[in-house]
Amino acid sequence: MKLIVNGDTLSLDGNTIADLVAQLELTGRRLAVEVNRDIIPKSQHADFTLNEGDVLEIVHAIGGG
Amino acid sequence: MSDLLTIAGNTYSSRLLIGTGKYKDFEETRDAIETSGAEIVTVAIRRTNIGQNADEPNLLDYITPDKYTILPNTAGCFTAEDAVRCCKLARELLDGHDLVKLEVLGDQKTLYPNITHTLHAARELIDDGFKVMVYTNDDPIVAKELEDMGCVAVMPLGSLIGSGLGILNPHNIKLIMEEAKVPIIVDAGVGTASDAALAMEMGCDGVLLNSAVAHAQKPVLMASAMKKAIEAGREAFLAGRMPRKAYASASSPLDGLSR
Repeated sequence: MKLIVNGDTLSLDGNTIADLVAQLELTGRRLAVEVNRDIIPKSQHADFTLNEGDVLEIVHAIGGG
Repeated sequence: MSDLLTIAGNTYSSRLLIGTGKYKDFEETRDAIETSGAEIVTVAIRRTNIGQNADEPNLLDYITPDKYTILPNTAGCFTAEDAVRCCKLARELLDGHDLVKLEVLGDQKTLYPNITHTLHAARELIDDGFKVMVYTNDDPIVAKELEDMGCVAVMPLGSLIGSGLGILNPHNIKLIMEEAKVPIIVDAGVGTASDAALAMEMGCDGVLLNSAVAHAQKPVLMASAMKKAIEAGREAFLAGRMPRKAYASASSPLDGLSR
């Protein structure tokens, strides 16, 4: 399915947030995920089913003051 | 001597809070922060790079949440809505950690705080259970309003973010401190060690800085200087400076000279 992840269109071979995170080779990273502006807790990533056209934000911590 | 900084019920022995931006690499970030002795360390929340450098290092592998109190900031947010969203993402990212640095900026040129949006965001975050350390201007009325609202620390600017101009209006910072019951932390504007020492001599509870260390020619050495400046300034404040006098007062007795 097609998703918009951090502003870019992406094709996911799978169904869940965990599938997406794995496809992006980000498994195990400290991340936060929003789907259509709702934060989905880490504990739900394995079960949360994505839908065609969902808009996701995946964020992490970087240097800042 | 036990002289601890208390923020939202937690105590810290260092009164220096430090940012993680603008360093050459994560090794330098880690070394500077370790040297500074800071226990509270700010980070920014940004989109993860997708599809590139899957194995690139992560800041939180170097500055680890088990060693430091990670203080996510809302830098880069220009509206209350964006700032609140950023804090919620940070809380999820950091497993429910609810201490945040709120800054809502007014424009790119000055990065001056937008107080209207800051007040709105602070209210919403506090109602949602966040412990808010708030970046603000040096207006004592606004500072009091943020404190009364429930912010756990009020952090007035010394001068513009990244300017290194020092504390341009120490009189206003003093007015803020006179009325405050929460920690007052000078945030932004510190350029070198004497600026940090001045803030502490005035009686500020702490100093938050980033560029002064990261943009020094030798960041790790400047981190060491800042640690000492904060400690020296704090001790000078606690010791109580002598009164200023217009004329000389001899340190050696004038009597008993050989004639």
